[in-house]
Amino acid sequence: MAEPMLRLSGVHTHIGQYHILQGVDFDVARGGLTMLLGRNGAGKTTCLRTIMGLWRASKGNVRLDGHDVTRLATPELARGGVAYVPENMGIFAGLTVRENMLLAARGGPPEAARLAWIFRLFPALEQFWNGLAGNLSGGQKQMLAIARAIVEPRKLLLVDEPTKGLAPAIIGNMIEAFRELKRTDTTILVVEQNFHFAKSLGDTVAVMDSGRIVHTGDMGALVADAPLQAKLLGLSLEAQP
Amino acid sequence: MKRDWLPLALIVALALGALPLVASLPTWVTLTVAGLAMGMMIFMMASGLTLVFGLMDVMNFAHGVFISVGAYAAASVLIAMKAEVQAPSLAANLTAIGPAVLAAIALAGALGWFFERVVIRPVYGDHLRQILVTMGGLIVVEQLIIVLWGPDLIPLPRPAALSGAFIFGDAAIERYRVLAVAVGLVLFGAMWLVLNRTKIGMLVRAGVENTEMVESLGYRIRRLFVGVFVAGSGLAGLGGVMWAMYQESLSAQMGMQVMVLIFIVVIIGGLGSVGGCFAGALLVGLTANYTGFLAPKLALGSNILLMVLVLLWRPRGLYPVGR
Repeated sequence: MAEPMLRLSGVHTHIGQYHILQGVDFDVARGGLTMLLGRNGAGKTTCLRTIMGLWRASKGNVRLDGHDVTRLATPELARGGVAYVPENMGIFAGLTVRENMLLAARGGPPEAARLAWIFRLFPALEQFWNGLAGNLSGGQKQMLAIARAIVEPRKLLLVDEPTKGLAPAIIGNMIEAFRELKRTDTTILVVEQNFHFAKSLGDTVAVMDSGRIVHTGDMGALVADAPLQAKLLGLSLEAQP
Repeated sequence: MKRDWLPLALIVALALGALPLVASLPTWVTLTVAGLAMGMMIFMMASGLTLVFGLMDVMNFAHGVFISVGAYAAASVLIAMKAEVQAPSLAANLTAIGPAVLAAIALAGALGWFFERVVIRPVYGDHLRQILVTMGGLIVVEQLIIVLWGPDLIPLPRPAALSGAFIFGDAAIERYRVLAVAVGLVLFGAMWLVLNRTKIGMLVRAGVENTEMVESLGYRIRRLFVGVFVAGSGLAGLGGVMWAMYQESLSAQMGMQVMVLIFIVVIIGGLGSVGGCFAGALLVGLTANYTGFLAPKLALGSNILLMVLVLLWRPRGLYPVGR
C-alpha cells in the first residue's frame, strides 16, 4: 500500500496551559480530498496549524510524503510543498491581488498557463488584478486565498473552513473550484463545518472530538449513515444547506 | 488603485490656514520651509521605527540612541576633517560630509544589528520586557557615549557651503533647510520605490500585516526582521547627522530628546506605515514651527494636541496598516 501523503501519529499539542490535541492519528491519502470535521472547539484548526508548524507538537510525529516534518519550521514546510489557507484567509489587505499572488509564487512570476487556469476558476481575480485585496468582498478574498495557495503546484493543500461566512451562491462556486482542483490530483485536507460542502467534495473523512480523531473512513459511507452523522457531528451540521 | 489624499490635503490646509494668522508672506515662507525641513528630519529618524513597530511588533525605546550614535560617528569624522568642512567650496565640504554620513549609517546600523541579536531577540512577543530591556540598552549606550566622547555638549558648525540663506524678496530660507527637504524627499522616494516596486518591499509590507502568513508562504521572516532593524537603525543614524547639523551641536541625550516627536509621528502616521510616517512628520514639523511663532507658550503641547485631533479623526492613524 502506498505511503499516504500525510500521516499524523499520536500528535499532542499544548497551547499555554491547554492540552488541545490529545493524540491525533490519521492519514491523508495521496491525490485525494480529505475532510476534517468536528464540532467547534474539537481541535481541527489546531490540527492544521500543528501540521503547518505554526504550533509545535509536544508529542507524536507528522510525516509528509514519507519524511518526518514534525520539527520543521513553517517556511521549510511551505518550501517543501505545503500550502496553507487559514481560517481568516490571511490575505494581505494592503497589497494588490497581483502582489498577493506574486508573493505566493516563490519560484518567480506565475506561469501564464497556470494563471489562466486560476482566472478560469476565479474570474473575479482577473477583474480586480491591480486592485487592493482589502477592497475585495468576503467571497473574493477567499478565492484569492485559495488562488494564492495553488499559484504553483503543491504536494499538499491545507484549507481551514473555506465556506465560513460565504453566501450559498459563492459556496456553489467554491465547490466547483475544488472539483477542478481535485482533477489535478492535488492532495487536499479541508477543515469544514458545512456538511453539504463536505459531502459534495470529500473522498475520505476524519472526525475530531475533544482533541482526538473519533472516526475515519470514506465520505460516502458517512453520508449514507444518518445515525452516525448525528452521533459524530450533531444534527445542526446536517441541517445546513 | 484608489489613493487616499486626505492626509496630504490636511498638510496643505494646515500650511494655507497658517498664512492669514502669520500675516506676512515672507515670514510664512520661512516658517513653512523650516517646518518642512524639521518634518523631513523627523521622518528620517522615525521611518525605521515605524517599520520595526509594524513588522516586528517591537517597542524599541532605544531607537533614540541610534540617532545619537549616528550623530557622534559623523561628528568624529567632521571634526577630523575640519579643513574640508570649513573650505568655502561645496565639493570640498562633500568630501567630508560623504564619509561622515556613511560612518553614521554604518555605526548606527551595526549597533542595530547587535541590539536585534542580543537585546531584542530574547523578548519577541513580550512588550513589557521589550520596554524594560530597550530602556536599559538606551541607558547603557548613552553612558558609553559619555565615556567615549565626554559629557559636554559638542559644537558642530555646519559646513561652509551649507551655512547662510537664500534670499527671495523679503523671505530668507536657510540653505541647510533646503538640503534637509531635498534629502527627505529623496529618502521618501527611495523607500517608496523599494517598498512598492521590489519583492523585498512587498514582503515587508506583507509582514507588517501578517507575519505568520508570510512564513506560511515560505519566507523566513527572521531574516527580514534583522534586515529591517539594521536599515531602520541606519536611517536613524542618518537622521542623527542631519539633526545634529541642524542644531549645530550634539549631546548623548539628543536622540532621547527627539523621541517624543518621533513617537507622535509613528502613532499619528499609523504603526508600520511609511507613507503615514511621512505625512505625520510633515504635520508635526509644520505645527511646531507655526505654533512656535504664533503662540510660543503652546509650542510644547501643540504636537500632543495634533496627535489627539488626528486620532479622534482616524483612531488607527493617517494611513492605517491592516493587522
